[in-house]
Amino acid sequence: MLQIVWHGRGGQGAFTAARLLGAAYALGGMKENGRTDGGEPEKYALAFPSFGPERRGAPMRAFTKLSDVLIHDRSEIARADFVVFLDETLYAGERDALVAGPDDYAIAEKFRLPVINTIMLGRLAKKIDMPAEHIAQGIRLVMPGRMHEKNMLAVREAMK
Amino acid sequence: MSRQFISGNDAFALGILLAKPAVISAYPITPQTTVVERLSEYVESGELDAEFIHVESEHSALSCAIGASAAGVRTFTATSSQGLLYMAECLPYAAGGRYPIVMMNANRAIALPWNIYGDQSDSLSQLACGWIQAYAEDAQEALDFALMSYYIAEHPQVAVPFMVNLDGFHITHTYEIVDVPTREQADAFLPPYETENRIDFARPKNMAFSAGPGHNKIFRRNHHKAMLRSSEVIVECESRFAEFFGRRYSGLVDAYKTDDAEFVLVTLGSVAGLARDAADELRGQGAKAGVLRLRYMRPFPEEAIRKALAGAKAVAVLEKDISPGKGGAVFAEVSGVCESVRLNAIGGLGGEDISKESLRSVFAMLAEGKEGELWL
Repeated sequence: MLQIVWHGRGGQGAFTAARLLGAAYALGGMKENGRTDGGEPEKYALAFPSFGPERRGAPMRAFTKLSDVLIHDRSEIARADFVVFLDETLYAGERDALVAGPDDYAIAEKFRLPVINTIMLGRLAKKIDMPAEHIAQGIRLVMPGRMHEKNMLAVREAMK
Repeated sequence: MSRQFISGNDAFALGILLAKPAVISAYPITPQTTVVERLSEYVESGELDAEFIHVESEHSALSCAIGASAAGVRTFTATSSQGLLYMAECLPYAAGGRYPIVMMNANRAIALPWNIYGDQSDSLSQLACGWIQAYAEDAQEALDFALMSYYIAEHPQVAVPFMVNLDGFHITHTYEIVDVPTREQADAFLPPYETENRIDFARPKNMAFSAGPGHNKIFRRNHHKAMLRSSEVIVECESRFAEFFGRRYSGLVDAYKTDDAEFVLVTLGSVAGLARDAADELRGQGAKAGVLRLRYMRPFPEEAIRKALAGAKAVAVLEKDISPGKGGAVFAEVSGVCESVRLNAIGGLGGEDISKESLRSVFAMLAEGKEGELWL
C-alpha cells in the first residue's frame, strides 16, 4: 500500500488533490465513462480529510491510500510513503517532502490557476510513476468541466 | 453499472436517487449534511421527481415523513446525533404506525461534550424505539443498504421503518470505489411501494389511534413479531440483490473465520475490516482469531451470534458507545446470548482513531484471560 499525506491550509485544495490522486489510481485505467463490464483491474483507493469543521486558512491535512487490494484501515496515516506540502509556511524541515516552491507558483501563474494543488499532484505523480493520462482521467471525474483543460496542462508541465 | 470514486454520503444519496422516494424531509446536521444536499440537487435538477421539504427541525423532519408515509408514498429522511435524539419522540410513532420510512443516520457522538465526530452512541441509545437498525461497513454497502432497506421495510410481512447507520466521517466523508447500479437495474430490483396502510378517501379508516391495555398489547406484540420475521425477509432480499447486482451479503451478521476461532472480536460498522486484518495477522502467528461483524442490531441476530460464537473460548465486544453506569450497549446484548463473552472494549468515542495495534491488544488480552472493561 502507498500512503500519502497532504498538508495545506483550508482553501488550497489539499483534499481535492487527495481525491484526484485516489480517482486517478483507481479509475485512471478505466474507460472514460467508468462503465464496468468485468475484467477491470483491481485498484483501490481511500481519500479523506482530517475530519472536522472546515476553516479557510487553517492548517489541515488530507490522506490518500492506494492499493491493489481492498483497503480496510480507515485510520489516519501514521507512516507516510510521501508527504506533500501545498504551503511552504507549514513545512518545518522535519523530513523529506515535496514542498511548494517558486517553480510551482510560476506554473500556476502561467495557467491562471488560483492554487497549486494539481501542480503538486503532478510533481507527486512523476515521483510515483503515475501516467499523466491517469491524472487527466482523475481530473475529468472529480473536477467541474471548466477546470479540466488548464489543470491538465499544469499537471503535464509539472511532470516535465 | 458504473464505477465511481465517491464518499459514503454521495453513495447513499445515489442509492436513494435510485430508490425514487416521493417525499424527502430533512434538516441538515454534520456529518449527514451532504446526503440531503445531493438529494436536494437531484430534486432541483429534475433527476429525482420528489417533494423535498425543508423543515425547521428534526422533530418536524420525521413528523413530516410520517405524514407522507401515511399517505402511502415512499419516504426518506436523514439525520445524526442530537438530530436523532430530537426525533426521539417521533421514532416510536413511525414504528408503531408501521410506516416503512427509511432514514440514514450518520453515526456521531452525543453531547456533552459537544463533538461532531463519529461514534455510535446516538443510534445505540435508540434500540428499543421499534426501528430496524443496520450498520454499513463501507460506502458500497451503504449504497446497497439504501436500495435493500426499502425492499425490507416495505415488505408486507415487515412494514417497519428502517434506520441505516453510516459511521460519521469514516464512511460518510471517506472517498472510495463504489459500483453504482443503473436506473434499469434498480427499477427491476425494487418494486414500487404499495400499501393498504394509508389514507384513502375511497376506503376511509382510522389511523394512528389510541388503544386501551388489551389492544395496546396486541399492537406491540404484532410489531415485535414483524421485527423478528424481518430476519427472513432480509435473507430473501439479499438473495434477490445478489441475482440483480452480483454482490452477496451475509444476513444479520458477517462471520469471518469464526468456525474454528478460539478468540473472536464482535464489532459493528467500519472498523470491522481492520479487525479482520488484525485477526489474519494473528492467524499468521498461530493464534486462532476471528471477527463477527453485526450488520443488524434490530432485529437482534441472536441465533446467528450463538452459532458463530459456539466454539469460541473467549469473546470481546468492541463498540463506539458507552452507557454510563453499565458499559457498552452491544456488550450487554451479546453477553445475553453467549457465555464466553469476557471483554468489553470501548473505543472510537468522539471520533478517536482505532489502530490495528489496539485491535491486536484486544485479542492479546482475550488470550491472556482478561475480563471486564477495556478503554482503547
